[in-house]
Amino acid sequence: MNAPSAKPNDYAAYPDANGRFGDYGGRYVPETLMPLVHELDAAYSAAKADPAFQAELSGLLTHYVGRPSPLYLAERLTEHFGGAKIYLKREELNHTGSHKINNCIGQILLARRMGKTRIIAETGAGQHGVASATVCAKYGLPCVVYMGAVDVERQKPNVFRMNLLGARVEAVTSGSATLKDAMNEALRDWVTNVHDTYYLIGTAAGMHPYPAMVRDFQSVIGLETKAQVMEAEGRLPDAVVACVGGGSNAIGMFHPFLNDESVKLIGVEAAGEGMETGRHAAAINGGRPGVLHGNMTYLLQDPEGQITEAHSISAGLDYPGIGPEHSWLHDVGRATYLTATDLESLDAFKLLAELEGILPAIESAHAIARLGDVARDVGKDGIVVLNLSGRGDKDVATVAAHLGMAI
Amino acid sequence: MTKARIDVRFAALKAENRAAFVAYIMAGDPDYDRGLEILKGLPAAGADLIEVGFPFSDPMAEGPPIQRAALRALDSGMTLSKTLAMIAEFRKGDQTTPIILMGYANPLVNRGFVAFAQDAAAAGADGLIVVDIPPEEADPLADALDAENLSLLLLSTPTSDDARLKVIARRTSGFAYYVSVAGVTGVKEADAAAVAPHVARVRAAGGLPVCVGFGIKTPERAEAVARVADGVVVGSALVEEIAASLAMNETVTTRVLSKVESLAKAVRLARVASPTV
Repeated sequence: MNAPSAKPNDYAAYPDANGRFGDYGGRYVPETLMPLVHELDAAYSAAKADPAFQAELSGLLTHYVGRPSPLYLAERLTEHFGGAKIYLKREELNHTGSHKINNCIGQILLARRMGKTRIIAETGAGQHGVASATVCAKYGLPCVVYMGAVDVERQKPNVFRMNLLGARVEAVTSGSATLKDAMNEALRDWVTNVHDTYYLIGTAAGMHPYPAMVRDFQSVIGLETKAQVMEAEGRLPDAVVACVGGGSNAIGMFHPFLNDESVKLIGVEAAGEGMETGRHAAAINGGRPGVLHGNMTYLLQDPEGQITEAHSISAGLDYPGIGPEHSWLHDVGRATYLTATDLESLDAFKLLAELEGILPAIESAHAIARLGDVARDVGKDGIVVLNLSGRGDKDVATVAAHLGMAI
Repeated sequence: MTKARIDVRFAALKAENRAAFVAYIMAGDPDYDRGLEILKGLPAAGADLIEVGFPFSDPMAEGPPIQRAALRALDSGMTLSKTLAMIAEFRKGDQTTPIILMGYANPLVNRGFVAFAQDAAAAGADGLIVVDIPPEEADPLADALDAENLSLLLLSTPTSDDARLKVIARRTSGFAYYVSVAGVTGVKEADAAAVAPHVARVRAAGGLPVCVGFGIKTPERAEAVARVADGVVVGSALVEEIAASLAMNETVTTRVLSKVESLAKAVRLARVASPTV
């Protein structure tokens, strides 16, 4: 292992050629998949350098997704917390209602470029499943979405949306029947149908090149934010805040700021019923490094190295791992990872609805739950940007149930 | 011992002109005591080599039979330490049958590769297969195993081209394991005719005996593959016998070992019945 405190000169230069962010990342996949993983790596590198690919991507982000997403000054929220000026990066206004579409547009173009004819995806909250089903509908490709049976139950509106978009949703009953099991099942499908199938991973985790590729496609969030804050304030923000499950919206926000060391990068993990209960989904705050789903990263695991179940009110954060770049940013001290419980996130959900007229995804509400602390810490003259990664319409039934109400 | 035990076994098989029957069981399935009883019974039932799975919570390359076996083992409290203890117990009565551990990376990462290699060697294991460690990630593990004279067996698959087969061979000892189908264990069926040219490619790349696994369920299929390969691995079909005997309240050991006998017999007869191959 490298010295964990080794501080790089250029944070943005990672991963290395082996897909490593320090000790994290890599390609821990069965040999059957390995040639395809190399093919994907080469195809993505070529696409990334191809102006035609970038132009097509950019056009779709503008005209199909609706980018750039606004940067909105949340005045009542700012006043409520009594600290730094708070801006919301409105990713929930994207087509399909979350940041997930940014990555799906990029990967579907890559899949087409590679000549793949069948798309598979995993989903937790269903946001990535909906975004995957959406781009597959747009390009007429068959789409199978693996989703834990528990999540199918708690995210029914998104299951119906996927079906309307023509995708087949496979309810996964193995293991804990949540996101990690959906990912296991998607990997089993991929290893079985390796010749024609493209695996559209939704988060910045998994085997190289996915963590880097998903990050690149999501970096549009941070790039726009940087330009928008500069225009509004004439300077960089003091902190950016995002919720972290696998961590795709957070890394998309963080990455363009990595070398701007005055900008604090704050991720918020799901503390579920409370860190002290052990029933949480906070891989960095409550886990240790290990190997799962193709990468070395922080994981929730027992003393024998068995992966333990994550617990969160948020299906999108209910995963025992985290993207490898976050593990590395934590170890080198460039980013800070806090936690928020289910109850704190429910309060934050209501707070944003009442003060700003915006229903946030319960995932994003975790970041809002820590926003007051960050804003006060930064202080009145400061600027904080929160990545509002998804909208909360899908969560109203969950929120109602926790408030003891029937809809 | 260790690497030598595998080499000695394949040399003997070659002298007898027959393929190896390699039996896979999941350690601790359905529990430690019965798992050990099955393990001890395997050589007499005809297993020439034994693969002992150590359970993992998220076995991404396994089909439903071995997924369920891993769950049964974990539910019975099985761990990597107990798996090694089981092998040490087996070794008290059997010094010659090679044992290959098989599983996933995280329990090994968790223990540390060097500590694992030392413990596995002390227990009397001979080799290791890790499904989610391809050649690209294998060096630290291979170095740790080399230091204890244990074999690492990197898997070859239908998607491995000749260049990859050479890379795989560079860090593989004991025997070469060819995964006969692109897919998870115990679902698709292997086709002996389709497998034959791949076995030749794998043998050419490394010069080691080639065993074929993933997708061999019946004595007929085992016999066909035994004509073209140096060994036949059966796993899912054996753990399914455990599941079935539990469901029907039968004696687990008897039922599994009887399945092993029928498969081992088919492998032994393969070249007798077809001397021209």
